[in-house]
Amino acid sequence: MTTIDLGNPSLRSGTELVPSLAEGETQTGKDFSSDQEVRWCPGCGDYAVLKAVQSFLPDLGLRRENIVFVSGIGCSSRFPYYLDTYGMHSIHGRAPSIATGIATAREDLNVWVVTGDGDALSIGGNHLIHALRRNVNMTILLFNNRIYGLTKGQYSPTSETGKVTKSTPVGSIDHPFNPVSLALGAEASFVARTIDSDRKHLTAVLAAAAAHRGTSLVEIYQNCPIFNDGAFDAIKDNDTKAHAIIPLVHGEPITFGTRDEATGLGDKALVRTASGAIEVADTAAVAADAILVHDAQNPDPSTAFAISRLTDAGYLNRSPIGIFRQVDRPTYDDQARAQVADAVAKVQGSPEDRLAALINAGDTWTVG
Amino acid sequence: MSQTKQVKQLDRVIIRFAGDSGDGMQLTGDRFTQESAVFGNDLVTLPNFPAEIRAPQGTIPGVSSFQIHFADHDILTAGDRPDVLVAMNPAALKANLGDLPKGATIIVDTHDFTKRNLDKAGYSSNPLDKLGEVDDILAGFQVQPVDLTGITVEAVKEFGLSRKDAARAKNMFALGLLSWMYGRPTEPTIAFLEKKFAKVADILGANIAAFKAGWNYGETTETFVVQYEIKPATMAAGTYRNITGNLALSYGLVAAGVRSELPVFLGSYPITPASDILHELSKHKGFGVTTLQAEDEIAGIGAAIGAAFAGQLAVTTTSGPGIALKSEAIGLAVMTELPLLVVNVQRGGPSTGLPTKTEQADLLQAMYGRNGEAPVPIVAPQSPGDCFAAAVEAARIAITYRTPVFLLSDGYLANGSEPWAIPSIDALPKIDANFATEPNHSTTNAKGEPVEEFWPYLRDETTLARPWAIPGTAGLEHRIGGLEKGEGHGNISYDPANHDRMVRIRAEKVQRIADSLPPLEVDDPSGEAKVLVIGWGSTYGPIGAACRRVRRAGYNVAQAHLRHLNPFPNDLGDILKRYDKVLVPEMNLGQLSRLLRAEYLVDAIGYNHVYGLPLKAAELAEAVGALVGQAEGRDVDLGEHGTNAPADHEEAPAR
Repeated sequence: MTTIDLGNPSLRSGTELVPSLAEGETQTGKDFSSDQEVRWCPGCGDYAVLKAVQSFLPDLGLRRENIVFVSGIGCSSRFPYYLDTYGMHSIHGRAPSIATGIATAREDLNVWVVTGDGDALSIGGNHLIHALRRNVNMTILLFNNRIYGLTKGQYSPTSETGKVTKSTPVGSIDHPFNPVSLALGAEASFVARTIDSDRKHLTAVLAAAAAHRGTSLVEIYQNCPIFNDGAFDAIKDNDTKAHAIIPLVHGEPITFGTRDEATGLGDKALVRTASGAIEVADTAAVAADAILVHDAQNPDPSTAFAISRLTDAGYLNRSPIGIFRQVDRPTYDDQARAQVADAVAKVQGSPEDRLAALINAGDTWTVG
Repeated sequence: MSQTKQVKQLDRVIIRFAGDSGDGMQLTGDRFTQESAVFGNDLVTLPNFPAEIRAPQGTIPGVSSFQIHFADHDILTAGDRPDVLVAMNPAALKANLGDLPKGATIIVDTHDFTKRNLDKAGYSSNPLDKLGEVDDILAGFQVQPVDLTGITVEAVKEFGLSRKDAARAKNMFALGLLSWMYGRPTEPTIAFLEKKFAKVADILGANIAAFKAGWNYGETTETFVVQYEIKPATMAAGTYRNITGNLALSYGLVAAGVRSELPVFLGSYPITPASDILHELSKHKGFGVTTLQAEDEIAGIGAAIGAAFAGQLAVTTTSGPGIALKSEAIGLAVMTELPLLVVNVQRGGPSTGLPTKTEQADLLQAMYGRNGEAPVPIVAPQSPGDCFAAAVEAARIAITYRTPVFLLSDGYLANGSEPWAIPSIDALPKIDANFATEPNHSTTNAKGEPVEEFWPYLRDETTLARPWAIPGTAGLEHRIGGLEKGEGHGNISYDPANHDRMVRIRAEKVQRIADSLPPLEVDDPSGEAKVLVIGWGSTYGPIGAACRRVRRAGYNVAQAHLRHLNPFPNDLGDILKRYDKVLVPEMNLGQLSRLLRAEYLVDAIGYNHVYGLPLKAAELAEAVGALVGQAEGRDVDLGEHGTNAPADHEEAPAR
């Protein structure tokens, strides 16, 4: 088979080709609120994310009409109705495919996908991994509440084994996905995890994700107060969260637990074992230079993957939070448009004349 | 040993090239077709090949064939029964012998009639050894045994190829021989080979040498004493080319993009027999065409729906099993009222069925195969060349009415070919995308001040089409989706009365397409027919040929063919009522007849075959004749125009 060197189109920011506001124009969160009543359950984590997104979008400085939100089916997928941008509430699991079409068709659009753990990882698993593999320029917000909410309480592909739900009265026997591990395995170029209730962290991750050119996958831990309340208490409770959250900051040593005022380090640290695995050690017991320094830009995703494996698969008592991976890789849509643009640049004559030439090509004969 | 050869005039010939999947029969048939097209005959072709890329060599399942019917007059089908069979091995002989009428010519490559190959084909002895004996299974046929492979290997010796490579040129020898027999021009094939093998001089030389050797073999040996002449057909003025349905359909999509001034976006997943459209469109990036080979059928249509929302001419191409997977997404396109072409190149079903064979059993799937009341317009081409115009028509409906549209081709149209009168670009309809650019609804805000809004479901009064506002248009930001829409404003609505209204509006919108259609043409030359034969899709040729037979035999019959299956033309009901009997031939168990019965309370009679092959005109003619007999209360005997013909002859139209 022949292979062709596609070159390496210069990598740009995720929003570089999207029209921005004119000098002096401003937007506020209110400009992004649609006139539709928000209808999630009281206390739903989705409210916090919506609020954070609405107040973050003006910071992008993009023209509102050039922003598109696409969702699938599930509680979180109602999201686009509440934003005064272009939007599509599509069908279960298929949002990444629809967003792929939008992002490939138009370089001037800032494309977002809002999805949940059931939507993205169960019925839509195929589209998710292929979107990540292709690296289409869009940001996927994966609301993970580890339960099916809209269908009223069945276990989801991220629910812990043994979980008792309506469809698993004697406990779930399904092994759960770790969305970050899955995304890294699919060679995603941007993978992050954040928490619905941590507005500051959430907003910072959104900003980095939007700025990234390619598919950004952001897993958002989101509490469902009705069917899975308290699933993330360990990482939200002020008394426990320091020990539950492993904060990932690019260029910083990865430590957590009780902070030492002097060094700024937690009493637990991530270290690499002789076998190359990553494990948790007592900070005091290891040399300072043995502590793993987070490198989100490492071209090799295996360390990021190893870190992702420190997430509890059962009830969540520990989880790395932050940007796991952020690397530059050519995007599908940029390259698809470049191939078309190259071909268009080479042709001459009006489309009508070229069409006539096309259909008259080959062996023809004339009668009369 | 040159001698004067006899030249016989014929008005038409049906030739079938048959061999192993690896013998290059499709290429041979395709080249013979191009030669005949350039010569000016009317023609219709029927490729027939196994689903396996290389089925076990020498076996019956591995037989691949290509049939061409060419004539000095206007013809409609690839012919029921071949006059000439070229069989490259025992399996090809065995698989095709049953289709031949007595008297047919059989040219066999004796080289491959080895014990091993005979065993594989299930012959206990070599039928070529029994010619003229009592148990000669080929008695009644004109058998011409030729060592095609042996002569080919000898003819290409100078190029120093391996024996295997040398033998592979035997298909060109067969082509050369048949080209001589029927006086085909050789230049197009020489030019074709020069282009195809430009980079491999020895293969090029060997193929040309084999081709010429085949021609010379016919001219100089005593084996073949007759050369046939089939004069060019009288065809309407115009420039013609030979074209397959998949190529015509691809060109039609490019043309629809040009005429609508929209970039074409194809989201597709490979599937037989539709993949050629994906291959072809991927070559036309210069027209602004984007092709996306998706991870599955659903993602193919998903990406297309995304592109439609973004303002492009969105297309997804597949075959029946793919439609099954896309159904939910088609429903989304119905609900969101986005323009979208859904191309189904139908094949034998159900399930994986017969991937390389033709059928038209997906009509009811297109009509009803979705949850809820989800009407989708349906357009069907009637011949390979017609796939071009049908694609443009489907795009016109999709864009004008903001709706997904089914384009129902089939395996026979896809791979079959015919001369196509190339249209002038100016004659193609202009399609106006008519994007919304400004608010369309006035209201007042809480303070009582006037406000201009955009309502995505406020409709055009005539077409009931909703506005197509694409992202990037300031002030028209809106959300669409699969949940029921409130009439006009388009916000989610669970109101019972609204749902009832919206369901009816979506149905009415599709129904109104009929107002834009021309009257249905009825071919009823005498005006006295009591029987109407009505069909859709690729059965046009066999139905037309059957009606000609019936008329030649002295009886009256009318023919109509539906391009639009949903909605039906407005005058269809009146036309059906004009006839005493209505016959509906289909390659399914009666899908159109069911729709006609339901819609018009007409006693439509089915004629249904599902062999994975086109209907046979002579057999259909007998069925039409029998119905004419019933309708007119008399005995009908089609004589030589039916199945008991001395020759299996497709008639020119009665004048």
